[in-house]
Amino acid sequence: MHKFANPARFIRLSDLLLPWLMAVTVILLTGGLYMVFFASPDDYQQGATVRIMYVHVPAAYMAMLGYSVMAVASASSLIWKHPLADQIARAAAPIGAAFTLIALITGSLWGRPMWGTWWVWDARLTSVLILLFLYLGYMALWEAIEDPIKAAKACAILALVGFVNVPIIKFSVDWWNTLHQPASLFKMGGSSIHPEMLWPLLLMIGAFKAYFFVILLWRVKTLLIGRKIRALRMAQLGDN
Amino acid sequence: MSLSSVSARKRRRLYMVVGGLAVLGVAVALVLTALEENIVFFYGPSEVKEKQLPMGQRFRLGGLVEDGSYKMLPDGITHAFAITDGAEAVQVYYKGLLPDLFREGQGVVTEGTLRPDEVFMATEVLAKHDENYMPKEVAEALKKAGTWQGDGHGVSGSGDTPEKGEGEAVFKGQ
Repeated sequence: MHKFANPARFIRLSDLLLPWLMAVTVILLTGGLYMVFFASPDDYQQGATVRIMYVHVPAAYMAMLGYSVMAVASASSLIWKHPLADQIARAAAPIGAAFTLIALITGSLWGRPMWGTWWVWDARLTSVLILLFLYLGYMALWEAIEDPIKAAKACAILALVGFVNVPIIKFSVDWWNTLHQPASLFKMGGSSIHPEMLWPLLLMIGAFKAYFFVILLWRVKTLLIGRKIRALRMAQLGDN
Repeated sequence: MSLSSVSARKRRRLYMVVGGLAVLGVAVALVLTALEENIVFFYGPSEVKEKQLPMGQRFRLGGLVEDGSYKMLPDGITHAFAITDGAEAVQVYYKGLLPDLFREGQGVVTEGTLRPDEVFMATEVLAKHDENYMPKEVAEALKKAGTWQGDGHGVSGSGDTPEKGEGEAVFKGQ
């Protein structure tokens, strides 16, 4: 992994990857959205409202993926002192937070017509709200500590401590009675979504994932360039 | 600083992180187990009968709307239905609008209080939908073929999964 530790090399590599990832995002999103609106059936119970699923589920999935990326990067920063890991974790936080917010909002819009309520304090909904606060707290902590090395360390520890929430979110619907229904997609015995609805969902998940990595690479690149600019300014100040 | 001491420190940091996470995981698991009562969003009918919850105390009751139990009381505004988990059933009265998904065989969560005559007076009824998604035609074909799993199949009251499979759901307003 240390092969990519050189920021200049990382930027070159991401410049090479970004156009391809963007193309994949656009293709998957176009195909996915077309299927969502024109080529997928209404649900037997929920009617057309089921189409909220095609945004809600991928967003919720990216919310958890974002945090997992952050946790893995934080661990490699703490343990192996990988020089890019902090920047990757830091870059992932706002993306994950945005997806968490999208999942919460679309879930609320979906809950109102189907359950009859915008919000309940059941284990799934509450643990996802905690995930949003963890993201926000993590971002605030980066800003609150002046020294970047200390900030990186404190944030890495916060990210790892918060990671216990991720399995709680995943399994909350199995461990406790919740209003939220159990998993349909990633569960033992295969998905319980009809193939005609599964395909648009998988396309949308692919699109969201590709988009996630586009923004992640982009943000890491920006953070690295920002760091370089600050270092150059410092050097200039030192010269004068 | 020799190379071996660097890798030794890396290993020590790895153990610290893994150990820290393990301790944290155990602590959280203990807390969640201790708080289980409070995290559970609703009780099933069996739990309600078994626990003897005090009268007048607000709680949530969840389960499947029993087939054939729904009726409108003569006053014209009170919905009466029974909530079942397959073993026990509790009679529920509710004045107000029912959610779109409400129908017999469907999972619901209600909030209210238990009357001395064991009728649950609900002030709120939420529909719980299951994890199955399929087009209408497929649902109908399944019902015809007799392999229908029933609405609200995903509803389970902590542990005891209601074994309702056979029997068509009666669709409200159809």
